[in-house]
Amino acid sequence: MNITRRKMLVLLPAAALAWENLLAGEPEKAPNYGTAEHWWAMLVDIEKCIGCGSCVNACQQENHVPDGYYRTWIERYRVYDNDWDNPVVDSPEGGKLGFPSEKNPNVKQFFVPKMCNHCADSPCTQVCPVGATFISPDGVVLVDEKYCLGCRYCVQACPYGCRFIHPEKKVAQKCTLCYHRISKGLTTACCEACPTGARQLADLKNPNDPIHQFLRTHSVQVLKPHLATGAKLYYNGLDGSVR
Amino acid sequence: MDKFKDAGHLFRLAAVFLAGIVVFILARGFLVPKSFGQYGHYRGNALAELKSLPVSYAGHDTCEACHSDVQEKKAKSKHARVNCESCHGPQAKHADDPTALKPVKLDTAVLCVRCHEANTAKPKWMPQVVSADHAGGVACDTCHQPHSPAIEAPKTEAKKEVKTGAGVKK
Repeated sequence: MNITRRKMLVLLPAAALAWENLLAGEPEKAPNYGTAEHWWAMLVDIEKCIGCGSCVNACQQENHVPDGYYRTWIERYRVYDNDWDNPVVDSPEGGKLGFPSEKNPNVKQFFVPKMCNHCADSPCTQVCPVGATFISPDGVVLVDEKYCLGCRYCVQACPYGCRFIHPEKKVAQKCTLCYHRISKGLTTACCEACPTGARQLADLKNPNDPIHQFLRTHSVQVLKPHLATGAKLYYNGLDGSVR
Repeated sequence: MDKFKDAGHLFRLAAVFLAGIVVFILARGFLVPKSFGQYGHYRGNALAELKSLPVSYAGHDTCEACHSDVQEKKAKSKHARVNCESCHGPQAKHADDPTALKPVKLDTAVLCVRCHEANTAKPKWMPQVVSADHAGGVACDTCHQPHSPAIEAPKTEAKKEVKTGAGVKK
């Protein structure tokens, strides 16, 4: 094709319009879900956790998490001789297949399920240089995989170790609090799979959510409160040795 | 007017800067996605894209819509609060087309011990057994029906067999 100056003048704006349309992306697909009407959190009841690994398994299947990487995992704490400062922590394969039993009877043991704390003042979103990670209007810390450069700033910034770089996509990944599920009225995959109810999804903006009653009547703690991250992963029965 | 005889340099410099600014504004207009800044310093459409990901676990409400018989049985048992997909795994595909994709029968010898194998780290309220001593290789559902695990009267014979070793598969 012979492109004259006149043709070029017509083609350039047309190409610009097409490009802009392409960038606008997909339109909103869940119109009934009001992002401003929710403020998501999660409750973890350590006294109910049996360390079965169902949550880890469910998370990996629901979110296609690559082998060896975990968006949620279970840690087993073992405190010998009341040495709170030096607990022995293990998490073989994220606790997906359970844990070998400890023979020593003189040890304090319990399981701590871990995942993204969906902090209200999250350090990971503050360090992102391109706006690829953000706190959604309903309080979920998310990653825009199309925008992420894979620079790893957020992986280093997270004080809870909840982020990783996807080995093939080379972008940051983390727990999305099953955003594709909770925006459809379902609970998260880990909560769905937990056989004892040790995990409960909670909506702090819903006055009828049992979370409010629970938080009022139980000794609830978040991880690393001194960092003032505004963590919203509430632990019931959290031991002082947990890091 | 000698003072300003070289002012042309400045105008040329200003023109270059201005052209640079125009190019920057145009490029920015083209390169920054439309939805960027819709909710905050991020691409607003990323929310819709994350929402539209497919679901694997259908959720117990979906299961109970069809399997109300199982739900009723389970509700009276100790497994009342164990969701279907906790054992049966993700069944959204089965829920979408129940005839095409049937969930496979579960191997209770593998599945039950995931929760009930004795471990000193498990809380004391959790019913636990050392599976090798308790059943010695006999599948759990020989005696316990997973939807209602308490042993019913006619099943006690089977339990006796297990305890005496008569029914153990060698």
